Amino acid sequence: MPSAEEILRAIAALPLGRVNLMEVCGTHTMAIAKSGIRSLLPENVKLLSGPGCPVCVTPGEVIDAVLSLAMDPKIIIASYGDMLRVPGSTPGDSLQRRRALGARVEIVYSPVDAVELAEQNPDKEVVFLGVGFETTAPGTAAAVLTARDRGVRNFSVWSMLKLVEPALRALMAMPDFNVQGFLCPGHVATIIGEKGFRFLPAEYGMPAVISGFEAEDILLSVYLLLKQIAGGEPRLQNEYTRAVSPEGNTRAQLTLSACFEPRSDLWRGLGEIPASGLGFRRELRCFDAEKRFSVVLPAARPTACRCGEVITGRLSAAECPLFGRRCTPEDPVGPCMVSSEGACAAAYKYQSI
Amino acid sequence: MPIFELAALPQKGFLMCLAIPLKLISIDGVNAVGESLGMQRKLRVDFIPEPKVGDYVIVHAGFAIERLPEAQALEDIEAWEDVQDALG
Ligand code: SF4
Repeated sequence: MPSAEEILRAIAALPLGRVNLMEVCGTHTMAIAKSGIRSLLPENVKLLSGPGCPVCVTPGEVIDAVLSLAMDPKIIIASYGDMLRVPGSTPGDSLQRRRALGARVEIVYSPVDAVELAEQNPDKEVVFLGVGFETTAPGTAAAVLTARDRGVRNFSVWSMLKLVEPALRALMAMPDFNVQGFLCPGHVATIIGEKGFRFLPAEYGMPAVISGFEAEDILLSVYLLLKQIAGGEPRLQNEYTRAVSPEGNTRAQLTLSACFEPRSDLWRGLGEIPASGLGFRRELRCFDAEKRFSVVLPAARPTACRCGEVITGRLSAAECPLFGRRCTPEDPVGPCMVSSEGACAAAYKYQSI
Repeated sequence: MPIFELAALPQKGFLMCLAIPLKLISIDGVNAVGESLGMQRKLRVDFIPEPKVGDYVIVHAGFAIERLPEAQALEDIEAWEDVQDALG
């Protein structure tokens, strides 16, 4: 791999006007902020964050509904740690606060841990909060199948799982969309394969590069994108060949579709997008927490948080009037400041050092 | 120029995109134990065809999602070791 200096020199030599590139992966968001790549790039090249942080794209009304469900004394909520401090529409309210009020909320590392938690607590109902994209969905599906095979009846999943392609299509359909190339998420591509991103150049004439997660990977991918843009030849390139094949991980894809099927879903900042979420297939609906507990989403309540604009590339984190003042990682107003993959958290953490 | 903070990892519940490869040290059906930098972790290998002890895999929320070529894995782990050293 060429060195960072060599790549930067090559970037500087490209004949380019103003260019906006977007990453759609929380790990890229963090890696870009931490490595300081933004400040190394020429001024005309901007890197924007897209809807790639799973917690951040979950809308406020879903968080509010989770918070109410958590108060049911027979329920144990099992969740990845990032979800715990995400505020609902009432300032200061979160799963962490609900836990202090007596709700039982357990952090798990894998959805399988949530199945085991259910086995250890036969007199309770364990509800796993299934957030994530195509990378997390196969494991969530495998956990559901494990629960079925082991006859674990007190386990269910609230599926907040989302698909990347419909979100990218919705973004590109926005009237003020101003992005000239996508840095595609390497781990999503590990599952769905290069083929999952071919629609970008083929249908939208949009340059696209699947990228790994080291700083060098990202820098090289940025260069490849800029070169495509300068040359006027949009295509899909795969910088992360060490983990991403043309077809992706077919076993994972099969497990995913044995459990879930696409359904219309709500996104923060993007609204309702057809076939953009994953719901349960009919034969496994008994594991659907929304059905089991007859979840009804409350009406959306406006908050001052502007995460919706941040995750669609319309506003940078620092442009939010609350950033670093009323909203900090210690006292977050929105999910983008909480999640370890959120754009506001990344900007806050690495601007101040 | 490695990017992640290893020290922060073990306490985190949300390792959605853990880029550090694990080496498989034991396998029992779909359950396996992986190790990296002296840290051991249970994981599932459902999505890896014919997993073998000694294979390097990328792990995401408790599931191996892909095998990595050994040379690449060692390079990534070395990058992580740098961070660990830097953080003391
Ligand atoms: S800084 Fe805080 S309030 Fe502003 S968009 Fe980010 S998370 Fe929301």
